[in-house]
Amino acid sequence: MSWLIFAAIAWAFGWWVNVRLARMRPSRAVSLAAPLVFGATLIAVWEGLVRGLEISQVLLPAPSVIALRFASSMDILWVDFVQTVLKGALSGYVIGCGAAFLIAIAIDRYPFLQRGLLPVGNFVAALPVIGMAPILVMWFGFDWQSKAAVVVVMVFFPMLVNTVQGLQATDAMQRDLMRTYAADYWATLFKLRLPAAMPFVFNGLKIGTTLALIGAIVAEFFGSPVKGMGFRISTSVGQLALDLVWAEIVVAAIAGSAFYGAMSMIEKAVTFWHPSQRS
Amino acid sequence: MKSIVPVLTIVGAIFVIWYAAAVWLNADWAYDKATRSGEELTFTTLVADTWAQKKPKLPAPHQVSAELWDTVAMKSITSKRSLVYHTWITFSATALGFMLGTLLGTLLAIGIVFNRTMDMSVMPWVIASQTIPILAIAPMIIVVLNAVGISGLLPKAMISMYLSFFPVVVGMVKGLRSPEQMQLDQMRTWHASSSQTIWKLRLPASMPFFFTSLKIAMAASLVGAIVGELPTGAVAGLGARLLAGSYYGQTIQIWSALIMAAALAAVLVGIIGLIQRITLKRMGMAQ
Repeated sequence: MSWLIFAAIAWAFGWWVNVRLARMRPSRAVSLAAPLVFGATLIAVWEGLVRGLEISQVLLPAPSVIALRFASSMDILWVDFVQTVLKGALSGYVIGCGAAFLIAIAIDRYPFLQRGLLPVGNFVAALPVIGMAPILVMWFGFDWQSKAAVVVVMVFFPMLVNTVQGLQATDAMQRDLMRTYAADYWATLFKLRLPAAMPFVFNGLKIGTTLALIGAIVAEFFGSPVKGMGFRISTSVGQLALDLVWAEIVVAAIAGSAFYGAMSMIEKAVTFWHPSQRS
Repeated sequence: MKSIVPVLTIVGAIFVIWYAAAVWLNADWAYDKATRSGEELTFTTLVADTWAQKKPKLPAPHQVSAELWDTVAMKSITSKRSLVYHTWITFSATALGFMLGTLLGTLLAIGIVFNRTMDMSVMPWVIASQTIPILAIAPMIIVVLNAVGISGLLPKAMISMYLSFFPVVVGMVKGLRSPEQMQLDQMRTWHASSSQTIWKLRLPASMPFFFTSLKIAMAASLVGAIVGELPTGAVAGLGARLLAGSYYGQTIQIWSALIMAAALAAVLVGIIGLIQRITLKRMGMAQ
């Protein structure tokens, strides 16, 4: 009972702090503090509810239990992280985004290809591409190569569509100016059109970060060596070791947020001129 | 209209590449079989063999379409071997999750637009929630909800909901904020109450954003439903067909489930597009 009261008080206190924060003069510190307070409140409420309602650890472990498990099985988590994120997701992400970027530039030169490939690309980008996973696992074997292949397929089309769109983002006046400077195709590409395309390219890159992690993990459900985050999650669910599953989820969440955050930082540095980056 | 020829050319090229790849990928097995039976393979027999294997690495398009015809049209709809039955299972989870996600997303967006505290504290977490690969937790959610006694449609729909609420929140927040200051001032000069401002200005203005988000949300919730069917316990649905196919090496079955999923996605997104066009036209917002 006391844990339930604790949860209620934690919720009320967290909300009160945030209401106060929202009334303060907007600043960087406030906009950073508000979500942190909200997150801490959620964790406190979770802990209180799990202990107060005596929910079985098999169903939903308390945050403290997950934290303990996280600390005690660092070695397993690290091995899985290397296998899934570094080998599978990252290599596939680099290959897929790189290929899509180059092909987008090639498509952009030929209006015929552009008109034909864009509708097809848009269509494929909306499909449940993740379904390709079992096929690719069959082709490339159980190790990380097949996971990288799934990631390539998943990130390719969003990246392609975004880059092609970005390359069309310059207006006629700017291109005419380049022509009056007697700039050839390559100079126009590197000095005008690629920089102008960067906001779109980074949009594709950011969408790709989550897709890459999802692809690498889900592909492991269809067969993997005895390591990897997807493998660990599916076997631990079978053993009802949900604290380990949650520890893997924490790793995935941190990796996903860090990956996304890194892309946003690079974006901020590259597209500092874009209106959305100037506040 | 002018893009029909290029699109058809590309689609044609995809089929040509598909057939060629089928020959290339399946040739090993064909040669293997031929040396064991002591036959000599000419080019035509090799091609014929690679396009007609029972468990090919890559089935040729006509094999997949034959399987599709067989499982869609020739079986009764209620039979477990009918692909229509499995598609229906996946569709019902997708639709339920999509509706729940749209509802949750719209409510969150309204809260975020009208409450500064929610805007500051909840919005960053809505974005952060999507960097968590939720699909990875899908098996656990299914198992846990099964243990609490919730089984069948709802667990899968929950995963679809989680994936589909995000585009709706982002799109609706943008849409509800899209009226310009001038329009808001106009409402004020008319002495409109805040609920009138919502119903008569903000909601109508958000419709184009709403429909664009719905299309993304629909595609996402189909992916959620399919992945939700992967873990143990799922015996029906397109995801279960994919898993069963990969266990038994039934590549033709995998491909036909995949094509069916693609068709389902295309139809669902197409329906939303149609509703969008009609609604926006009646509201006088069609471009």
